[in-house]
Amino acid sequence: MSEEFLQIKDLVVEYSSGGQIVQAVNGVDLTVKKGKTLGLVGETGAGKTTIAKSILRILPTPPAKIQKGEIFLDGQDLLKLPEKEMMKVRGNKIAMIFQDPMTALNPTMTVGDQISEVVLQHNNYTKQQAQERTIEMLELVGIASVRYMDYPHQFSGGMKQRVVIAMALACNPELILADEPTTALDVTIQAQVLDMMRELREKFNTSMILITHDLGVVAETCDDVAVIYAGEIVEYGTREHIFRNPRHPYTLGLFGSLPKLDDDSKRLSPIHGLPPDPTNLPDGCKFGPRCPECTSECSKDQIMLEIEPGHFVRCCKFTAGGAQTAAKTKNTQPASDIGRVNAGQGKRGGV
Amino acid sequence: MANAATVTKASSVPKRKKDTQLRQIMRRLVKSKTAMLGLIVLLIIILACVFAPLIAPYDPNYMDYSALNAGSSFAHIMGCDNLGRDIFSRILYGGRMSLMLGFTVAIVGMVFGVFFGCIVGYYGGQVDNIAMRICDVWMAIPGTLLAIVISSALGSGFGYTVLALSVSGLPGSVRGTRAMALKEREMEYLEAAKAMNCSKMKIMFKHMMPNIIAPTIVGTTGQIGGTMMSAAGLSYIGLGIQPPTAEWGAMCSSAREYLTKYPHEMLWPGFVILLTVLAINLLGDGLRDAMDPRLKD
Amino acid sequence: MWRYIVKRLLWLIVIMACVGVIIFTIMWFVPGDPAQIILGSGATNEDIARVREQLGLDRPYMVQLGEFLINACRLDFGESYVYGIPVIQEFATRLPRTLGLGLISMFLNIIIGIPLGVNAAIHRNTIWDQGVLVLAMVFISVPQFFLGLLMVVLFSVQLGWLPPFGISGSYPTWMYWIMPVLANSLSGMAMNARQTRSAALEMIRADFVTTARAKGLPERTVIYKHMLPNALIPVVNSLGMQLSMVVGGTVVIETVFSFPGIGQYLLTGVNSRDYPVVRGSVMILALFSAVITLLVDLVYAYLDPRIKAQYVNYAAKKGGAKKGGKK
Repeated sequence: MSEEFLQIKDLVVEYSSGGQIVQAVNGVDLTVKKGKTLGLVGETGAGKTTIAKSILRILPTPPAKIQKGEIFLDGQDLLKLPEKEMMKVRGNKIAMIFQDPMTALNPTMTVGDQISEVVLQHNNYTKQQAQERTIEMLELVGIASVRYMDYPHQFSGGMKQRVVIAMALACNPELILADEPTTALDVTIQAQVLDMMRELREKFNTSMILITHDLGVVAETCDDVAVIYAGEIVEYGTREHIFRNPRHPYTLGLFGSLPKLDDDSKRLSPIHGLPPDPTNLPDGCKFGPRCPECTSECSKDQIMLEIEPGHFVRCCKFTAGGAQTAAKTKNTQPASDIGRVNAGQGKRGGV
Repeated sequence: MANAATVTKASSVPKRKKDTQLRQIMRRLVKSKTAMLGLIVLLIIILACVFAPLIAPYDPNYMDYSALNAGSSFAHIMGCDNLGRDIFSRILYGGRMSLMLGFTVAIVGMVFGVFFGCIVGYYGGQVDNIAMRICDVWMAIPGTLLAIVISSALGSGFGYTVLALSVSGLPGSVRGTRAMALKEREMEYLEAAKAMNCSKMKIMFKHMMPNIIAPTIVGTTGQIGGTMMSAAGLSYIGLGIQPPTAEWGAMCSSAREYLTKYPHEMLWPGFVILLTVLAINLLGDGLRDAMDPRLKD
Repeated sequence: MWRYIVKRLLWLIVIMACVGVIIFTIMWFVPGDPAQIILGSGATNEDIARVREQLGLDRPYMVQLGEFLINACRLDFGESYVYGIPVIQEFATRLPRTLGLGLISMFLNIIIGIPLGVNAAIHRNTIWDQGVLVLAMVFISVPQFFLGLLMVVLFSVQLGWLPPFGISGSYPTWMYWIMPVLANSLSGMAMNARQTRSAALEMIRADFVTTARAKGLPERTVIYKHMLPNALIPVVNSLGMQLSMVVGGTVVIETVFSFPGIGQYLLTGVNSRDYPVVRGSVMILALFSAVITLLVDLVYAYLDPRIKAQYVNYAAKKGGAKKGGKK
């Protein structure tokens, strides 16, 4: 149990905009073990970034608000820390790598100053020492030290992301929150950056939450995986569990959307429909309206079920009774496809 | 396989087609209380001025010698000026002049600005460079000064004042549309239009212009207030519109001598300018927010 | 950077020459004959012709234009037709007043308007923010001359605190400056506050500000080191335009307060067809605004490294590629 480095319990985050309340995160539980990487997988808007920002408490408030929940880092509830203590956590114990390196750096400061700023903030260094540390970090991520005085606009996207990573690692954080660190990059650069991050992580035994919608990246880098849909974790397990034995219909759908080289079928099998309107989430299973195996059971609130040790699924088809209904619907799948989705759509509109 | 997404999309296509950018802006505008307040006040002022002959109790130039410098009374609700003319009536008639000035100058500026801005933005490069240098020179003379010099050269009167204010304001509006046109130039759809062998004219005025016209209208609305203030200022210093023609700025100017004893002669027309410009600016702000909801909280 | 400054100075000379041509040409078309005005209504045609010859008004356009431009280079704008005094001599006493009026107004615009905007953005949607917004809206919508007259009515006529017009008299000298400066700067202040507020609000949401927060920096550092320099870029960029408004405004303000500066001088020139006075005044005010615009642009280049880099690269390219892009 002591190896559970970060523990999120029942986190609920809401955004309010124009009188409407959007539930971005609905009761998420997560754990990250020391030195391990947790992959957070889901579509755009599922609440992945919101979770990461909640951990650092840098959500824009208003409109966002953490309604409920606890986030323990080494047994300390971050959500209860005073702001002053929290500042010592940010950038020092927990660092974040942002999605878009193009906008994540301050255009009016040299990259060197931006890195040494965080070093100075959290260490009792002189300017000289901070500068040395910065150069060390720049070289670690493969940037020549002469570029210390350069401004972000003088770097390419991949180089900027390296700067962002150097900035995140500068204080030897114990946990890194990587928010789609490679999405904005070219495929070749992606591989380089991922390799580099893995090396650095292994070197310093850092834990990481990797947010992505790229299952390939997850397979390469993560130890554990949480699949998130509409602000809820729908499946959670080790990488082996998720990749060898995916059980939730949504996870299956994600895998179905991937092209496979060894498969002869001409078409992919995408997930139908669109993610639900977050101001108006369906009752019960959030994935119900798009689920190919949806039954009447699905309109009830779903709970996490442990289907094998360490592998959790939030789907009623694995309850004792639900399993049979699910099996039944499986057989009738193709015939009722259109009608069912439309029904789901109608239900969404009506709620 | 018909799925939910395509079904909903298909049914809403005919509706969307009509939903132009301008209409979307209008829908958001209606929701803004301050903008609506501005619009209503502005409409009341415009209507009152348009129907001045019906509303005004006196002829704007009728002199009531028994009521020189009179204060507010039932006969003259805003009082009379030094020649015994009814201030309320003069404000109504003067408003025709002031409003016409503001709107005409803004529209002239917009039309020429869009025209030149599109051409400059479309050609870019050398043409753009030269045009911008010309604008630099033009703008080196502060607008008010240029307007003063031009209207002193041309003389007073409505047409000349419009010309003076338009000429001094033109480089600004050309710059504005040019910036927008340059942004459009980078857009893919223009590449597509070029690839389809559209003529330059067609690309400029059929593809580029509709995309910059909405933001230009919004920008222009915001400028009407400023233009009206410039026009009033010009009249105040004795250029632009001159007495005995009723105009708000000119009314303030001629009331200046009686400032210490009869400040109401200056206050009424001044407050009406303030109210009108405020209403226009509120509307302009609302329009801007409606066009770019991101800017609002 | 030095190359950039030199380039800009050369460009300034070109601009001023063009301004000279424009002003001269416009004045060429002014109706009414200065000779007629000097001599009054009773003058004979011969007298008028004689005076025209004396003033050199009978010579061709190009000759007069050339003479005007060459003399203008030496800051010699000729003698006033009406008073017979060299224009430059009048400038000696009037220019400091107008420069003072313009510069103090600009200064107040910046040091009051910008902090107000930043504060409103930080405390957005509070009463403070709403108050700043409403006041700014009102001050943007008030014509300068009306604001000036209102102040006169309130502070001079009603309360008797401040002198209503002029530049010297029974009150201490600084008191004569208060109303002209305020009337000239309140609208610019309001504009700056509004623009700074919206630029800052846009920056509050910028990714790099979140990055700065995620670094564990105190909120003050986040605001003053990361958000503000970026929010100020568009504001500084618009100061040039605002300056031209302030300079134009001095003409109106000087009229309202009978403040004997260049603006008032220009207007008397306009009314009496005193060409040298008009041309000289416009040239000197245009020069004033061009120089300040240049300074604003330099500050802009300093604030935004992307702009600075353009010039540095440009200079490096021109000055031989060997040196490269460093420093």
